Parts: sequence; structure tokens; C-alpha cells
Amino acid sequence: MIECKNISKTYKSGSIETDALKEISFEIKDGEFVAIMGPSGSGKSTLMHIIGALDTPTKGEYFLDGQNVADLSDDQLADVRKLKIGFVFQSFNLLPRATVLKNVMLPLIYAEIPEKKREALAKESLENAGLEESHFFHFSNQLSGGQMQRVAIARALVNNPSLILADEPTGNLDTKTGEIVLGTFQELNREQKRTIILITHERYVAEHADRIIHIRDGKIVEDEKNHKERIIHHSR
Amino acid sequence: MTTSDLFEETYSALLANKTRSGLTMLGIIIGIASVIAMISIGSGAQTTIQSSIQSLGSNLLMVLPGVQRGVGTQISTGRGGAQSLTAADADAIAALPTVKAVSPEVSSRNQVTARGTNTNTQIIGTNIDYLLTRNTELDTGQFISEQNIRAASKVAVIGPATRDDLFGAGNDPINQTIKIKQIEFKIIGVTKSKGGSGFSNPDNLIFIPYTTAQRFLTGNEYLTTIDVQAIDQNSMADLQTQITAMLLERHNISDPQLADFNILNQSDIVAAASSITNTFTILLGSVAGISLVVGGIGIMNMMLTTVTERTRGIGLRKAIGAKKRDINLQFLSEAVMLTFAGGFIGIILGWLIAYLISQFGGISTSISTFSVLLAFGVSAAIGIIFGYYPARRASNLNPIEALRYE
Repeated sequence: MIECKNISKTYKSGSIETDALKEISFEIKDGEFVAIMGPSGSGKSTLMHIIGALDTPTKGEYFLDGQNVADLSDDQLADVRKLKIGFVFQSFNLLPRATVLKNVMLPLIYAEIPEKKREALAKESLENAGLEESHFFHFSNQLSGGQMQRVAIARALVNNPSLILADEPTGNLDTKTGEIVLGTFQELNREQKRTIILITHERYVAEHADRIIHIRDGKIVEDEKNHKERIIHHSR
Repeated sequence: MTTSDLFEETYSALLANKTRSGLTMLGIIIGIASVIAMISIGSGAQTTIQSSIQSLGSNLLMVLPGVQRGVGTQISTGRGGAQSLTAADADAIAALPTVKAVSPEVSSRNQVTARGTNTNTQIIGTNIDYLLTRNTELDTGQFISEQNIRAASKVAVIGPATRDDLFGAGNDPINQTIKIKQIEFKIIGVTKSKGGSGFSNPDNLIFIPYTTAQRFLTGNEYLTTIDVQAIDQNSMADLQTQITAMLLERHNISDPQLADFNILNQSDIVAAASSITNTFTILLGSVAGISLVVGGIGIMNMMLTTVTERTRGIGLRKAIGAKKRDINLQFLSEAVMLTFAGGFIGIILGWLIAYLISQFGGISTSISTFSVLLAFGVSAAIGIIFGYYPARRASNLNPIEALRYE
């Protein structure tokens, strides 16, 4: 459960102040699949950083599962990210010289999960993300773009977070692979009731979500239920 | 993050860049190896010098004639030039309670001839106690006896080098005769070799009774030196004070500043020599230490490069929940592991160099546990000091900017 109340973010560069977010308020319930959509410079990246506990707002309150994240210290933010949030990035951000399994186990190392449990958890997570078992011991730079993004999704899932935050997850993929990845998100949402927030600037990508929040110039301009059903019929 | 995870992360990060890690480590290896080798040369020299001083004798005090200035005259006869010590002084010293042995010395340098050969060497007139005070042992024959002293016998004990010069190596000189100042002496013994060379070679000496030396060589009743051996090291300082007081009284001198003798304490000589070799060791060690610092800067340079290269990786780790401390520890442990491994190899290499120097360079070396521990401590400290700044830089990266870094 995510609750943002009057969130503002102001960047200072010398004497010039730029308002990236202006008093934004919204709620996202558990199990929702929401797209945050807006052109570049709209403030959607800033919003994602705040939702992802990578940054704190200048003003306002942000509750994640009832906990106010707005005024936590760096180390407390790290704990929130570790336990409650799974990130999926546009550029995957896998460790290139490590195996697929090692990449997925990385969050478990910081969460201090005992070594014996890690591999089982990572395998389960990779299966959920739809990667074939034959790739588990490949190095991550030997995979295709779609496969890399699935590894990244598996890494986001492995700590069983309450929220998965995907920042332009299809931005580096071709249309067909992008569809498969978006399909994976839909499945995770429908079958496992995961809360997913998708950040994108493309209408087409946003339409895979159930709800679309439009953002422009640091303000929410529209919050719509998505009625166009873009369900991916893909064959695994 | 558990210790074993940290260790594994560090290990695989260093192995990922084998060449770079190896070259960086080489700086530390050379630094530590040279520190170990240099200190081993320094302390080897110290041991050599100390043992050669110890071979003079143990717990030794040497009473030497000093400068004597007559009342109302400005003329100095020079240090050691005074004729102030007599056999009676030596006997008086021998009566002190903490004295183990006293040997008077009357030395002169003369031309010595044997049948068809001759040499110029130092003649020392002394007594049987010389064997104790100067740590001298007999190889064959006997030393000067009390009877020889009383009778001022014309007998001589010669050093092994003198025997080689006069009679040839391996020949038995016992009962042969040598001539000093046209006076014939019968050889009654040969001393064991002590080693050493140069002007004061303890093997190139001729010993005769001191009474004989006074009568035939110097023509007066004075002594050149009195060697006094104390019963143990602790009583040396006390004994020195006692001898000083007694000799002042015997020579009727009231002002100690005007004393006509000096007492050299062997432990003072050892201390002086040690301070010289210590300075020498510190000098060598600090020159080697400079290369260690340069190696440390190499570590810092490499770590900074690594931090820049892995910026995105650091951002990702932070995004998935790594704390500042986790990142800090990871980079710090990479630096420490590099210096530790470098230090270990450096110690082995330094030991090898020291061994080769003593085998082929003719300089004795000694490696102490202290210098090994020091090198290990220093290398770990260098890892922490030079790894600290890069690690701090990595841990302070903003995760948002780090993730965007191209």
C-alpha cells in the first residue's frame, strides 16, 4: 500500500530552484498494476526515485506499508529498499562477470539470508520470471536482451518485495521481446498479486497496466482506469 | 553481509582483473621485500659488530693511562701518553671483591725475526689472566705462568697468524726461538684463531711475560693497559666507580677532572657501536620504506580507477539494499587483501634476497620475527590507509547518479 501526500521535490542548482514535483498526492493499493506515464522532464523519474526510497521528498509525506519513508536516514532507506522494493531498470544493470544465479542471489547477500537457502530462492524466482533452467549458470553477458531483463525481474522478485518498480523496462528491447517482458509483469500481477509500478513515456507500454497516472510538469494531469485490455498471448 | 560473503566478493573482484591486481601488488611486494632485506642487512651488521666486540672479552673494563698535566704547565702529553699505571695498581685492582681477573698489558711494536724470516708485529707483555679477560684460548703448548712472570723469563706465546708468517702454516713452532730486539725468546705456546683482520688482528700477536717486556722492551716499570674482568655484567658500573676512586687515591689526585687514567667500559663500546648500526638500519629501512609508500599510492590509484569503473555496479548494490558500510567494507577489504597478499609474498622474497646476500655477497644478514611482524603490520596499515579514501568515495556515491553513470 502506497500513499503519497502533497509530495514536492525541489532541486537547487546554484541560486536557481527547479520544482521537479509539485504537491503530488495519490494512493496505490496492494496488488495493483499501475503505469506512471509522462514525457521526459515531466518529473516521473524523480517520482520513481522517491517511491523507490532512493531519494526523499523536499516536502510532503510518503507512506509505504504504513511507514513514513519521507524522513528516513540513508541507512534506513537502504533497509526499505532491501526488504520492500524490487527494481527493474531499463539497462538491466546485471553484474557482467557473474553467473545468472549469482546475480539473482545478490540481494539475498545484503539481506543476510543464510547461504544454503539462497540458491533455492534464486531458482524459484528465475522460474517465476520465466527463464529456462539451462541459462542459470551462464554468465549474464552471454544472454539476449529479453533474457537479461528476465534475470533482472527475478532479482527484483527474490526478496519477495511488496512493490516492484520497473523503470522503462522495455526501453532497450525490440517490440517483440518487450511484449514478452510486459507479459511477464502481467502474469506476476494477476497470478501472484504482485504490486507493480511501471514508469514509461510510451502510451503503448502503459496500456499493459490496469491504471495509468499521467504526469506532466511535476503534476498529475490524469489518473485513469485502463479499459483497453492488452493481454499478451505469448507462447513460452 | 557476512564475512564469508565479503571475502568471496573481494576475491572474485580481484581475480576479475588479474593483470591489474598483480601489477598493483608488485609495488607492495617490492616495498616489503626491500624493507625486509635492508633491515636484515642492518641487523646482520649489528650482530657481527657486537660479536666482534664480545670477542675482546666479556664484562671487560680497560684501564688506560690518561692525559697528565703537571701543575702550572700547559703542555699535554696526549691521551694515553701518560705513564701512570704500574703493576702495583694492577695488584690493587685485583684485590677488589667483584674482580674476576686482572691482566696488565705492556705493548710495543717491534721487528721480530725467526730463522730466515721476519715480521713486524705487536708484542704484548701480560700474565695468565689474559686468557680470561680477553677471551683467548690456547691451541697448543701453555701460556705465560706465574713462575715466568717472577723470573722475567724469555718465553713467548704467538698468535696463529704470526706463526704462519714466521714458520709457515702447519709447522709446529713450540721450542723454536724468535728474536725481538736481538733477544732470544723460546716459544712455549700458540693461541687459537679468533678471526679478524687488519691493524688490530687478534691472531697476529706475540705474548711475553709483562715483567720481561718492562725490563727488555720498554725499559720502565709502567703498563700500557690494565684489563679487568668483572664477575658479572651487573657489577661493572660499580666496579668502574671503585677502580676510579682507588686509583685517584693511589695517584694522590683529589680532582677527578685531572685523573691521569681513563676507564673504558665494554658495555659503553657495545652501546656506541649499537647506536651506529641502529642508525644505519633506520637509514636503510627508511629508504626501503619510501618504495612501500609508492606502492601504497599505486594501490590507491588502482582502487580509484576501480571505483569509477564500477560506479553503476555500486549504484545497483545500493538500490537493492546495500548500506554505506557494506560498500565501504567491500572496497576496503579489496585494498587490504591486495596489500596482505603483497606483504606475504614480499616477506618471502625479502627473506630470499637476504639469504642470497649472505650466501654470495659475504654480508651477514639476520631476519627477526620483529621485522616480519613489522612488515606485515605496515602492509595491512597501508591497505587501510590507502584504501580508505577510494572506499569512502564509493560508499558516498549517490545511488541515483551512480545508476545513470555512463
